[in-house]
Amino acid sequence: MSDLTSNSPGRQALMLGNEAVVRGALEAGLAFSSCYPGTPSSEVSNSFFALKDEMGFYMEFAVNEKVAMEATGGAAVTGLRSMTAMKHVGLNVAADPLMTLAYLGVRAGMVVYNADDPSMFSSQNEQDNRYYAKLSGLPLLEPTNAQEMKDLTVYAFELSEQLGLPVILRSTTRLAHARGPVTLGKITPPRRTAAFVKAPAQLVALPSTTPAMHKALLEKQEQARRISNESPYNAVFGSGSLGVVTSGVSFNYVMDALDDLNLAGKVSVLKLGMTNPLPAEQIASFLSGKEKILVVEELEPYLEEAVKVIAQENGLVMPIKGKGVGRLSRLLEYNPAMVREASALFFQVDCPAPAVLDLTDCPELPKRPPNLCAGCPHRMTYYAVKQVAGPDAIHPSDIGCYTLGFLPPYRMADLVLCMGASVSTPAGISTATDQKVVAFIGDSTFFHSGMTGLANAVFNNHKFTLVILDNGITAMTGHQPSAAMDTALAGQPMTHIDLEAVVRGLGVKHVQVVKPTNMAKTMAAVKEAMDYDGLSVVISREICPLHGRRFSKVKKPVFAVDQDKCRNHRVCLTSFACPAFYLDNEQVKIDPNLCLGCAACVQVCPERAIGPRKN
Amino acid sequence: METKRIFFVGVGGQGNILATKLLGEAALAAGVPVSMSETHGMAQRGGVVESTALVGPARSSIIADGEADIILAFEPLEALRVLPKANPRTLLIASTSKLPPFTVAIGQGTYPDLDEILAYVRGKVGRLIAFDAMEEAKAAGNPLGVNMVMLGALCAAGQLPVSESFFRQAIEEGTKRAFVQANLDCFNRGLEVACQAAA
Repeated sequence: MSDLTSNSPGRQALMLGNEAVVRGALEAGLAFSSCYPGTPSSEVSNSFFALKDEMGFYMEFAVNEKVAMEATGGAAVTGLRSMTAMKHVGLNVAADPLMTLAYLGVRAGMVVYNADDPSMFSSQNEQDNRYYAKLSGLPLLEPTNAQEMKDLTVYAFELSEQLGLPVILRSTTRLAHARGPVTLGKITPPRRTAAFVKAPAQLVALPSTTPAMHKALLEKQEQARRISNESPYNAVFGSGSLGVVTSGVSFNYVMDALDDLNLAGKVSVLKLGMTNPLPAEQIASFLSGKEKILVVEELEPYLEEAVKVIAQENGLVMPIKGKGVGRLSRLLEYNPAMVREASALFFQVDCPAPAVLDLTDCPELPKRPPNLCAGCPHRMTYYAVKQVAGPDAIHPSDIGCYTLGFLPPYRMADLVLCMGASVSTPAGISTATDQKVVAFIGDSTFFHSGMTGLANAVFNNHKFTLVILDNGITAMTGHQPSAAMDTALAGQPMTHIDLEAVVRGLGVKHVQVVKPTNMAKTMAAVKEAMDYDGLSVVISREICPLHGRRFSKVKKPVFAVDQDKCRNHRVCLTSFACPAFYLDNEQVKIDPNLCLGCAACVQVCPERAIGPRKN
Repeated sequence: METKRIFFVGVGGQGNILATKLLGEAALAAGVPVSMSETHGMAQRGGVVESTALVGPARSSIIADGEADIILAFEPLEALRVLPKANPRTLLIASTSKLPPFTVAIGQGTYPDLDEILAYVRGKVGRLIAFDAMEEAKAAGNPLGVNMVMLGALCAAGQLPVSESFFRQAIEEGTKRAFVQANLDCFNRGLEVACQAAA
């Protein structure tokens, strides 16, 4: 039995932060979950999906975060303990329901797990989602390690029911993907059914009802503020006339820094686990009598500005600083050395000089970026489009594995904004310029937020070509179901949606479906689509080979370069750029361990020198 | 107890995250505090995969530049790339088995000479233990066991308050049953070769 599901309270297990959140949800008796995956939150939804039947709760992958938030809210207002999980930019998509769900409130615990991504390891921005808690008026909890990821998940359900409000649990990449010991609690079997109780004054948000709802929300916030002031998760560590206020992963760096700098006994640390509403009275009493205060938090000065306001309101005068001390900035994630330096600087103690190496004489290193896999159908589509569209076509692209088409030699992403934008931005681009626009989007992202943009393009007579890269799965985040997937193949009791029928149903007149493994036909289809005087869609359909090979153990014959025929054009290597190719003493070869036998390269070789490998 | 900071770097598919996790399990079983961190999402696509383990009382789970006590580099080019994490006292254990990145194949940059890489690294860090972990894994009959060979070498270095038996226990309990013996064989090869290299 895995640590996630073992019902052995008191046992200690090593867990990823995201696994600890899952464990916490199981201990709290999670009954319903709806999620759209997004790194660094994805392991939560993946684990829910894997465990739902074994543990007896309901979980579904939604088509986007807004739908996930609404579905989860629906279960919570009916009376089921519910949870959704998403990455920070996913909460932008779900912001509309989040804001008014705060007015409606919930009848059973609802937790919104939100994972921010400072340093943007896998994201398009590093926004600080703590402001969503302030904006919506919802309680916010910030764990500092794997143990608290679990404990605060359990507490979030209790707090949610105490207040009748959804609670936001916020982590960052370094908590979500940190691993540490977790002492397990008792698993609670889910209560899977509830009766919807009609209460239009609380559940129907209309101009006539919402003034009272907003007033009720403010009253709940006042109650939450009192809870925050008494919360054991807002606690003081150590003692001294100097102070640090911190939350989240930064707390760890602060505690290590104070140890390293021998500041124990001189600096006390206020660790805030509940950061909306902030414990204003507790903060004021912490500030009182302190000589100076350092606020340590990644990204925005969320705590720093609040602490300054609280000091002003209480007539407390002392230096309060955060951003701008040493290397503490609003950019990127922090590390232990940055916090140590800033602490030493601010509290005026010596900091041991870092023992970094002089590497100025290091040779330049070849980069090792992530790459589209060998046999990836996206590469085939990109190659075909590039031959037809040429270097001047504009390529808005979207979020998924295929964003890697940005890298050389393809360089086929000219505008990447957010999920679904590759279908909507061409409305503006094609109005502004006569340059050809060939946009790319994946099947999962199309269902996420591409359909509305396509409806808009049909309705407003926009003229561009959209290529839907249909690999039948949400590949980038770890092969979660997509509405376009072959549900029968995957053995999932879901309903496949016919992408072509959707596109035609939205009113697109010129629609073609191609298999990118056939290069000539794909190129012909792209040419026809680009020549069409109107909106055209090409659906390039080939299953993600990593997904497909789970269902078919038959390995296709691998390919090899016939060195007698090869004239070293190296189109396969430098233009097609499948990573199965490599140079060995100036000869192009194919690594049989990487080749998947897709045969696409056979079609790009001008000498027809690539064929099935002979043993 | 002093905290030991161990930085693991490898290429997607080499299994350095599993090696880090097994070190964590070994430390937990030995009653030694541990915190770890991993980068996700690169493994499948051939990128650089980094993971860290802090063994000891520190609360942080990541390692700043210059602060790695031990570095395990599963690939020689990555041993060079990871050097900003090292300092003049760092023990660096590197596999010499090359995995040229695809950028080299398409003519963007050249892979440095292996001997030059090793000489450069040796000149910078406190101590370098370099050997071909792939050869050792193959010799143990498990070419996928490079990570277990590296774990054996880490154990042999003797800088952690975690005895060999806890590593073995972690491998027995934390890897797929069908591979346990092959993984232990790889671990033993790493242990031996690192002991010889250190002697």
